[in-house]
Amino acid sequence: MDRANDVWIEELRQPDPRREAALSDLRAGLLRGLRGALAGRAGVDDAFLEDAVQEALLKVLDRLDTFEGRGRFVSWAMAIAVRVALTAIRKKRWQGVSLDRFKQESSSPALDVADHSLRPERAALRSELLAAMDRVIREQLTDRQWLALTAELNGMPQDEIARQLGSNRNAVYKLTHDARRKLKAGLEAAGFNAESCFEAWER
Amino acid sequence: MNLSGEQIRALLQALRCTRDQELTCDECLREVGSFAELTLEGRPIEQAYDLVQQHLQVCGECGEEFALLLKALEGLLEPQQ
Repeated sequence: MDRANDVWIEELRQPDPRREAALSDLRAGLLRGLRGALAGRAGVDDAFLEDAVQEALLKVLDRLDTFEGRGRFVSWAMAIAVRVALTAIRKKRWQGVSLDRFKQESSSPALDVADHSLRPERAALRSELLAAMDRVIREQLTDRQWLALTAELNGMPQDEIARQLGSNRNAVYKLTHDARRKLKAGLEAAGFNAESCFEAWER
Repeated sequence: MNLSGEQIRALLQALRCTRDQELTCDECLREVGSFAELTLEGRPIEQAYDLVQQHLQVCGECGEEFALLLKALEGLLEPQQ
């Protein structure tokens, strides 16, 4: 595991058997790192770890050209392995949950936040903020943007949102990023900057 | 079902961190390994990682992956049994 970055890249680009030795070392390192990081997680056994590392190795080989040399090669490869493993865990956790369950709330962004313990002036400020949010959501966000944002706020992984929308994680991130930008700009236009929004929400 | 107070708080927190230009998850993935090394070594975080830090604040999944990556890399630095 103590090769220099350029040695990793060079060896992984070689034909077998030289590549096989580098692959074997990398496989062992990724397995060790993932095993330690995921210890005790439900559903994580040797078979799961082996599968995750195998898939990660294929992605690493496929993306060798995108490694820019900042930091250690192994850290870059480990980041890929972690994403592969967590994506599989999330997929299993959200199996059978339909995006449709968020459609009702996404089509009706009324906010159920009545809190009778608030002082009247703070309650009025919150009420104004919520009305402004509601207006921006209705007038400026697309149904798809609000659906993705709502699903995300309910903890649904972007990969799962993407799968059900027939899209990909990057595209879902852009969708929710656009939604956040519109919401932020709309609230600013209504007199709420990011700090005053937060202040309105804190007691 | 409507948004809960906690979800609205999370949304407002995300709006607070929102910028016009942000990294995508794949762009963050390219940088996060070296960012994790700097974090583990306690070295100063360069300005170049500003967008990575911002992405990790607003993207729950990349944030979760980063926390796990730190653990995984710590495991690699430990002596083998």
